[in-house]
Amino acid sequence: MYRYDKIDQAIVDARVAEFKDQVARRLNNEITEDQFKPLRLMNGLYLQLHAYMLRVAIPYGTLSGTQMRMLAHIARKYDRDYGHFTTRQNIQYNWIKLEQFSDLLDDLSKVEMHAFQTSGNCIRNISSDQFAGAAADEVADPRPYAELLRQWSTLHPEFSFLPRKFKIAVIASEADRAAIQLHDIGLQLRKNDAGDLGFRVWVGGGMGRTPVLAKVIREFIPVSQFLSYSEAILRVYNRYGRRDNIYKARIKILVNELGIEEFTRQVEDEWALLQPLALDAPQSEYDRIIAQFPDPAFDPAAPDSIDVSNPEFGAWVDQNTHFHKQRGYASVTISLKPPGGIPGDASSAQMDIIADLAERYAHDEIRVTHSQNLVLAHVRKVDLHALWTVLRAAGLATANLDLVTDIIACPGMDYCTLANARSIPIAQKIAAKFENDGAAQRDIGELKIKISGCINGCGHHHAGHIGILGVDKKGEEAYQLLLGGSGAEDASLAKILGPGFDENGIVDAVDRLIGFYKSARTGPDERFLDAYRRLGPAPFKDAVYV
Amino acid sequence: MSDPQIATLAELLAGANSSAVRIEPGDDARALLPHLGQLTLVEVTFPKFRDGRGYSSARILREAGFTGTLRAAGDVLVDQLGFMVRAGFDDFAPDVPLDPAVVERTLARYPFVYQKAADARAPAWALREGA
Repeated sequence: MYRYDKIDQAIVDARVAEFKDQVARRLNNEITEDQFKPLRLMNGLYLQLHAYMLRVAIPYGTLSGTQMRMLAHIARKYDRDYGHFTTRQNIQYNWIKLEQFSDLLDDLSKVEMHAFQTSGNCIRNISSDQFAGAAADEVADPRPYAELLRQWSTLHPEFSFLPRKFKIAVIASEADRAAIQLHDIGLQLRKNDAGDLGFRVWVGGGMGRTPVLAKVIREFIPVSQFLSYSEAILRVYNRYGRRDNIYKARIKILVNELGIEEFTRQVEDEWALLQPLALDAPQSEYDRIIAQFPDPAFDPAAPDSIDVSNPEFGAWVDQNTHFHKQRGYASVTISLKPPGGIPGDASSAQMDIIADLAERYAHDEIRVTHSQNLVLAHVRKVDLHALWTVLRAAGLATANLDLVTDIIACPGMDYCTLANARSIPIAQKIAAKFENDGAAQRDIGELKIKISGCINGCGHHHAGHIGILGVDKKGEEAYQLLLGGSGAEDASLAKILGPGFDENGIVDAVDRLIGFYKSARTGPDERFLDAYRRLGPAPFKDAVYV
Repeated sequence: MSDPQIATLAELLAGANSSAVRIEPGDDARALLPHLGQLTLVEVTFPKFRDGRGYSSARILREAGFTGTLRAAGDVLVDQLGFMVRAGFDDFAPDVPLDPAVVERTLARYPFVYQKAADARAPAWALREGA
């Protein structure tokens, strides 16, 4: 993991001091609420329905046991004993008091953490693959490049007042576990024919009111130049992105209005002009950062077989562990979607337990996934049973990764000022139909249900195999049903199937969709999404609107 | 308050023999580049502090070698000053006067910066390289 040097720590300390100064000036009415709002947003502080919500940055979703323990401490001391892991690999606290906020920032800074740029019209926290450094299919660990982006984007003097928020994701394999085609910039690390590392650059993806898949603007930018290339993209966006309408201000709109060829030409021209300025970090800085992401000291004698004579353990191993590049190891997904739970929530006690387990079994590293689960990336297979036993006792061993109950849901109207409808209860009601029958869930297979409580799409409904969108229909909560989305390497946008439903109607509709899929699939290997792509919407529509 | 000696971009491009020009957020700063030789002052306006286009205008002018006065004018707030200095501004005409004490501590806030920009500060990677 990356560790701060004195420069990183000094910048965080200065940022905390700056925000305390800004809060003090706001309380003295030296600055207006309108002037203060972007300042607090750039420090991750939102005003929600009931209280302030704080979003703490977890750079590229990686944190240590010590850091996780601090997140537990913050939940215990400043919140209601739980936190909520988000689709951008951060954590949110829903019940923060402004008067405690500066103490909270001090606590975070003690473990090299902060809440900078988790909101606001700036470059947000960089996201990445939760299996980075462990996946057999990656060309290199993408996280050093995410760290280079983190530093480059922190307090960027030119790009802190962008037309709108800006999200960047970095992956290093053909499999996309970070939804890069739904980001403002998606970077895929790859090797060219000469064996050199570089990025395929995608631009202009996003969800919200106008969902768009990103487009490739460059097949290969050498890693040594990707920061200046990013600078060129951001400059074109900062100068020409729309500022007249908040709903048309994301880079996806600019890319669509200019056309991808013209947008690409402008970026390339800008990048050519930036070349003489030598904006890219030198190789020594790449080397310094890469050296902080070494392979852990793997046990070469770790046995590769697992005793799965306990069927409950075996089901969890099958569902929640991922192939590891090192023989004898696996990557473990800790589901935060237990029966009756709130997707992404973890209690302080659970966070402490996960911190302990990471230190004991997983080389002191935890990852947050964009599906709102947690990962221990490097676990010896021989330790899986002991790990599972502790997780199970803590309510953290639900064997449902990528299954029907592994639902993404935004906070919805239970917390959010923007929402038109509740999301969490819909997720819970759908899950309740399946959560007591693991075999039935496994029989249905991979099925990604994603629920947003409003058109802003924080629950990624556009990328759901089944997407659900809460809307306001004459003062009543109503739910639209969408099918066929994917945020993976086979990215696609879900389409509305037909008229909307009320709360119970949407739950029944999902049930009928699954029933139809099981009867229509070519076999257990054909996923729901594949069946939908093969058959088209008509038979699914017939099954739902009987 | 408009200063009559400062030409608009349109006036400059129409041949005004002025040594000072004002550009608005939507103006292309690169249109000034053929005229930099005659300019001693470029005023970049910020009608709203949230509109960040002026930061790009400033950097573009400095990158092109402009060494005259680069003024940020309008809705210029103390919490934007640090970014503005790094983007190349060296003169400020805020609509509402700034508290000099707050300005001083704001500009002294950060002992290090991460990026190379239009000011003279060395980015973190350059300091580490020498360490």
